[in-house]
Amino acid sequence: MNKDMKILVVDDFSTMRRIIKNLLRDLGFSNTDEADDGNSALPMLQTGKYDFLVTDWNMPGMTGIELLQHVRADENLKSLPVLMVTAEAKRDQIVAAAQAGVNGYVVKPFTAAVLKEKIEKIFERIDS
Amino acid sequence: MTNESSDKTQLKGFEEKLKDQASQLKDLVDSGDLSGALSIISELDKSRDQTLFEEIGRLTRTLHEAIQNFRVGSDELDLDNSEINDASDRLAYVVEMTNKAANKTLDLVEDTMPYAAKIKLEAKQMAKEWGRLQRKEMTPEEFRDLSVSMADFLGKLSNDSEKVHANLSDILLAQDFQDLTGQVINRVMSLVKEVEDNLVDLVRMAGKVDQMTGITHDLEKENDITKGEGPQMNADARKDVVSSQDDVDDLLSSLGF
Repeated sequence: MNKDMKILVVDDFSTMRRIIKNLLRDLGFSNTDEADDGNSALPMLQTGKYDFLVTDWNMPGMTGIELLQHVRADENLKSLPVLMVTAEAKRDQIVAAAQAGVNGYVVKPFTAAVLKEKIEKIFERIDS
Repeated sequence: MTNESSDKTQLKGFEEKLKDQASQLKDLVDSGDLSGALSIISELDKSRDQTLFEEIGRLTRTLHEAIQNFRVGSDELDLDNSEINDASDRLAYVVEMTNKAANKTLDLVEDTMPYAAKIKLEAKQMAKEWGRLQRKEMTPEEFRDLSVSMADFLGKLSNDSEKVHANLSDILLAQDFQDLTGQVINRVMSLVKEVEDNLVDLVRMAGKVDQMTGITHDLEKENDITKGEGPQMNADARKDVVSSQDDVDDLLSSLGF
């Protein structure tokens, strides 16, 4: 796993973005950017600068699941690894995220250990 | 509701009358007495109308009472100063307080972490040097350097740990929002409960009018999962909601993840 990879953190609450950025920094990833919903995230992703997307689900404007669908439909972005970090906990929603092609799903409230485990698992699978 | 028992008896009376007259109507039609049958029909119609008027009258009174219970002047709708508006302001205050507390805590944590990291790194280095000294692997020259850097380290450690302690105390204090926001939320919850009770009364009255007029409503619940619902309450008691990260992992692995 490349610790210098560029990560985009998308959440409508700035405090949650800060928490995730701090946890990522603790895990050795300090190359992070932020966006506050899918509408602002998508153009950033389309620049092609990002190696990993961490997104919330419930956001005004474009939601996380819609962002995921846009990413998977985009020829240049479709293989971008996506981790969903969200309070959405309905089974239907988790199944929908899986069908839309999410790489990992973390329910809030979460711990640093869970975040670490899921990120490692995603990249283990990609690297293997 | 004080009127409830009389409402029930009235509705019941109408139902009984309806049953009774329906069988009479059938008998009359069967025996070929059409004019008798028609007069029963018009009688039925009349009594339905009368019950309906009474229900609407009661509904109007209840509506009036409910409006007064909302403490919005019934003559003059003062929406700007309503309790609901006040409740929105209070909740906005909760959002502001929690936002401020979270940011303050994050500021302090971000400020403290480099100190902790530095102390950890330097202590490790010192321990290594100290080990060499104890194993008598040090030249007198190196020992002089060590004693200088040790004095320096201890001085910095004292300052840095003071800073860490001060920041931790500030983090502690930043949690005082819980008390204030808790009080505000409790007040808003009791208002919501009051509003709900009044609305339930209204819905109950409206339901009776629907029953009399035979109106049915199409109450299909909107079910768009892409919208998102936020945190789920009582997740343990619900089958359609996962209650932990383990549940999520189990579900995903059942899908081949």
